[in-house]
Amino acid sequence: MQTKEEVTKELTGAGVEQEIAELIGDEFMLAELTAGLDKLLDSEEVEEGCAEDIIRMAGREEEGEIKFGDIELKVNESAIPKRIKDELKKKLRAIRTELNNKKLDAILNGVAEKYNKSKVVPREAVGIVAAQSIGEPGTQMTLRTFHYAGVGAIYITLGLPRIIEVVDARKKPSTPAMKIKLTGEYARNRNKAEELAREIEKTYIRDIKSEIDVSRKDMSVWVSLREKELKRRHIEKEEVKEKIEGMDSDVHVEEAEDGKLRIQVPNKSYQELRKLEKEVNNLSVKGIEGIMRGIVRRENEGDGEYMLYTEGSALKKVRGIEGVDFSRTTTNNIAEIADVLGIEAARNAIIDEMMNTLEEQGLDVDVRHVTLIADAMTMEGEVKSIGRHGLAGGKVSVLSRAAFEVTVDNLLDAAMYGETDELKGVTENVIVGQPIKLGTGAIELVARGG
Amino acid sequence: MKKEKVSILEHGLVPKHEIVGAEEIKELLDKYKIKREQLPKIKLSDPVIKEIKADTGDVVKIRRQSRTAGKALFYRLVIG
Repeated sequence: MQTKEEVTKELTGAGVEQEIAELIGDEFMLAELTAGLDKLLDSEEVEEGCAEDIIRMAGREEEGEIKFGDIELKVNESAIPKRIKDELKKKLRAIRTELNNKKLDAILNGVAEKYNKSKVVPREAVGIVAAQSIGEPGTQMTLRTFHYAGVGAIYITLGLPRIIEVVDARKKPSTPAMKIKLTGEYARNRNKAEELAREIEKTYIRDIKSEIDVSRKDMSVWVSLREKELKRRHIEKEEVKEKIEGMDSDVHVEEAEDGKLRIQVPNKSYQELRKLEKEVNNLSVKGIEGIMRGIVRRENEGDGEYMLYTEGSALKKVRGIEGVDFSRTTTNNIAEIADVLGIEAARNAIIDEMMNTLEEQGLDVDVRHVTLIADAMTMEGEVKSIGRHGLAGGKVSVLSRAAFEVTVDNLLDAAMYGETDELKGVTENVIVGQPIKLGTGAIELVARGG
Repeated sequence: MKKEKVSILEHGLVPKHEIVGAEEIKELLDKYKIKREQLPKIKLSDPVIKEIKADTGDVVKIRRQSRTAGKALFYRLVIG
């Protein structure tokens, strides 16, 4: 236990006025005080180096001077988004000693004002701005580009074709691929990761056989397997045998002396054996349907955790496999994400895919434009394409639809069903030569006479 | 290969969904001066909706991680 004198001395040493130090000394033992400070420092709110400031501030009671906690409180109260709040808190903390209440209020008001000014004005045509903000950089994108994932030999469509794919809401991308993150030992140990890659990779007999043929002499199908492939893919010959025998109850397999597998089925003609040969060739031995290849890579240019890139995608099926960290596993197949993880996840995936594609091409498009597109595409609860069959096709206005694509069809259908056009959108008002209901055109003001 | 299914709610791409009470729905609709049907939709067959056991007509609140705002709230109406 410390005496009052010790406490006061230590406090004055830290820059606290004598009078206040004595006051504190009466109430607290320094051990208690520092324990409290340590606790504060442990919590996320307070950053390193705050201790002295807290002690110094404890001595400031004059009017207008800032008290500890004021920054936090006032910033939280102001009407700005969380991200700006966080940034502001960090910056304010750095200059906290120079602040007083007046200054703090001025800063907060200034920030709130700037934020409100930067907001989109009601009736602004955000869709057009978004379309142009993506369209223009689109002209700079390569038209046909494929790229490797890492150094491995996995092709992934990138550039403009990829953007089109996302916006078209294709059921399956031209190059489906997954990024599988791993857990624990699998993420640290290359061999474990390789093992998992072989485990999920779809393997057919045709991938591991060196020869398959029908022999007329003994009326059976002969398969010879490549030992090297078997070893690489961790497959036992016994497994293959069982798989083939599992095809049908009267299929019998035996291993010959030279290691070849002899497949016999009683009472089969040569033609039927030929058919069987094909079936055996396409028989799956192990792995997940849809995953053609798995490649192990390290994150961050070779010093991060191990992860798998796969050619082909099967998000649903990798869920629950030991070693797979499902919560961080993604695919470039947005329809699949909508199916397995829901519409909100699909929205996030659209944003990520588009931003990554644009960034990869060195284009800097504000995320808000992409967000708007993703929101519009997912508004109805399912991923809709932007185009004739999706968003543009779903418009209420006949004239707007007719102006977009297949004019005659749209007008004809509208005439047949007796549709009405309310002339509420942009296109239809341009067509009939009226002011459009956007921006200043959205408000009907009448000057009062006199 | 062990099968121990991870909940989809744990997935990094899935934001938090929760069913909204009647009072909050009224506040929301009043704030934007809209009708319930004007809210964005989410299907009853959506895997997250199945998981949180929401029903047709419910409104779900989604706490999104926003790249610009940090946090953002979004509402969807569950449709059949």
